[in-house]
Amino acid sequence: MKISGAEILIDCLKKEGVKHIFGYPGGVVLNIFDTLYDEKGLELILTRHEQGAVHAADGYARSSGKVGVALVTSGPGATNTVTGIATAAMDSIPLVVFSGQVPTMLIGNDAFQEADIVGMTRPCTKHNYLVKDIKDLAKTIKEAFHIASTGRPGPVLIDLPKDVSAGMTEYIKPKEVQLRSYNPTYHGNKWGIKKAAGLIAKAKKPVILAGGGVILSGAAKELTELAKITNVPVTMTLMGLGAFPGSHKQSLGMLGMHGTYYANKAVQDADLLIGIGVRFEDRVTGRTDAFAPNAKIIQIDIDPTSIRKNVRVDMPIVGDVKSVLTDMIKVIKDQKEQWGAVRNSWLKQIAAWKKERPLTYNFDEKIIKPEFVVEKIYEVTKGDAIICTEVGQNQMWAAQFYNYDKPRQLLTSGGLGTMGYGFPAAIGAQFANPKKVVFDIAGDGSIQMNIQELATAVLNKIPVKVAILNNGVLGMVRQWQELFFRERYAHTILDTDRVPDFVKVAEAYGAVGLRATKPSEVVPVLKKALKIKDKPVFMDFVCDWKEKVFPMVPAGAAIDEMIFDEEVEEKPKRKLKAVK
Amino acid sequence: MRHTISVLVENKFGVLSRVSGLFSGRGFNIESLSVGETIDPAVSLMTIVTTGDDKIVEQITKQLNKLIDVIKVVDYMEVDHVEREMVLIKVAPKKNDKTEFLKLAEIFRGRIVDSGPTSFTVQITGDKHKIAAFIELIKPFGIKEFVRTGTVSIAREGIKKTK
Repeated sequence: MKISGAEILIDCLKKEGVKHIFGYPGGVVLNIFDTLYDEKGLELILTRHEQGAVHAADGYARSSGKVGVALVTSGPGATNTVTGIATAAMDSIPLVVFSGQVPTMLIGNDAFQEADIVGMTRPCTKHNYLVKDIKDLAKTIKEAFHIASTGRPGPVLIDLPKDVSAGMTEYIKPKEVQLRSYNPTYHGNKWGIKKAAGLIAKAKKPVILAGGGVILSGAAKELTELAKITNVPVTMTLMGLGAFPGSHKQSLGMLGMHGTYYANKAVQDADLLIGIGVRFEDRVTGRTDAFAPNAKIIQIDIDPTSIRKNVRVDMPIVGDVKSVLTDMIKVIKDQKEQWGAVRNSWLKQIAAWKKERPLTYNFDEKIIKPEFVVEKIYEVTKGDAIICTEVGQNQMWAAQFYNYDKPRQLLTSGGLGTMGYGFPAAIGAQFANPKKVVFDIAGDGSIQMNIQELATAVLNKIPVKVAILNNGVLGMVRQWQELFFRERYAHTILDTDRVPDFVKVAEAYGAVGLRATKPSEVVPVLKKALKIKDKPVFMDFVCDWKEKVFPMVPAGAAIDEMIFDEEVEEKPKRKLKAVK
Repeated sequence: MRHTISVLVENKFGVLSRVSGLFSGRGFNIESLSVGETIDPAVSLMTIVTTGDDKIVEQITKQLNKLIDVIKVVDYMEVDHVEREMVLIKVAPKKNDKTEFLKLAEIFRGRIVDSGPTSFTVQITGDKHKIAAFIELIKPFGIKEFVRTGTVSIAREGIKKTK
């Protein structure tokens, strides 16, 4: 019996276990939408922008570990997905994005709504396909899900010409995926693991640096066990927060440009750095030639290209973090070392650093400090919410002042730094976790980049809580201008205390809008928001616009060359040179 | 360092742009690139000549391997190999110089593949040193046109270079 391409597509999606698709219709995907219309087990969530659809699929994937799926039309529909796809690619998030395409006969003719989306997304997907023959459709979808979700995960795009989705063919179900050119290495080299375990045993001042790879690999449990039995302190990259319990005494919090004083100090002083699922990006390392100068570096990653890309590595182990850590724990348990004694003075030193300069801010009774809002969100949610962030100061404060004890709790655009990510991602995360409290910690700049998704949230009764740290400025860039550009605030002043009125915007969409202008109003607003279970809430926290994120490592400096709040306050005219 | 890298790829549309896009996107350098089908029509072989220090070439080979359509990557720096390139050169020597030019071409085992009233087209094959030497020598005769295939390489049997 012959069935249509659209029917094949939907059957394949169901076989992959897909329940939700985020999408937006258009001319060349009409057949697919028409087929979906009658489908019971597969819900299409209509967003208000294709970028929102991809971010929602991304938030769905990050919070659940499943593959996120988006479906859009050709041309502008497809090009609107590019930012979302690039965001997922930089953070290794498994997505399968379906874009419509003009009929194969018309490809290359500059037809209406034609765009070479396969060409455009080639550098920002793990792989992509143009299905030219309906007979290849089922096999391609199977391959796409396989590639997206295995090895180092990533987004895959499938471009579907109209005649492929509308055409009819005999549906032959594809067998297991066999790709001779794609075989990720899962098991780490045994000799390497033994050698690494030996280095850990000998180290006097070791630090674990955990990245997003730990979370993607599902290895938070193994990481925690390794850290506990070896008594090694753990710092995390932004993407790694939650891989190790943030409230554990061995946690050093985040490393890097806005990392904690004690994490940055510890790494610079360490004699062994164990990088697990990290790629040593520049926001983490600062100046690379001054990074961890005294340390031997072990790097565990499933992607060989991550190894030695940015920093020197003494002991590379290519493999899946979960598998490597499981093997490593076995080896270490056999060594029967007395870990506690060896590390005592190191842990004491770290405790001293923690005491010397904890993460802090100046509380003010009259004006709301953004850090205070994040702190209170942590308190009212008892540390159990899924937190999405936008990008900039809001993102850094969300990273610093909320303790993530579990993986997949913090969803943030770490690699690409996409403003407008958080809100649609929160909607996606809420679909995947209907029982969880989902927050988007936003800035007044970022939230306006995908604010149209309010409609999606309202109409689907998605109770996402959006905490807008409204300082009326593009805070992070303004901070740099204050520090490095003689307080010349070129186009970073948004004046959002007037435009727009976020409470009214929320209400116009049928959502709830709340506002706090004094610190004493913060907790009541949060509590009120938590009670709302059937619609999104915008909380407009009118914050101190001068507040800056500290500690801060200026671009091009080593990570222990941090600047702190009081230094800037005391010497406002102090010259700080930005190298990059 | 100059490296000759051979890349075995699935013979699918878009593979060339995946490979060339990788080089341009990551700022790697391509000196020459040649592509052709292999005995198995489902597989193509690309030979890429690139330059970079060890760290860059390590990244190049790893990044190539990461592409889904890439089956195998061989860096010929690590393998004893034969390397050849073909060049077609149209030269217009003056009347008195013709004999000398033809002799020179013969010394380099060049073949005259076309001759017209004013010019010869000579075909020359060899490694990059031989080709460079020949071009240098015939420059004074007046090169009108010049086209090269890019380098192709093949491993010698059985002998592995110790690094």
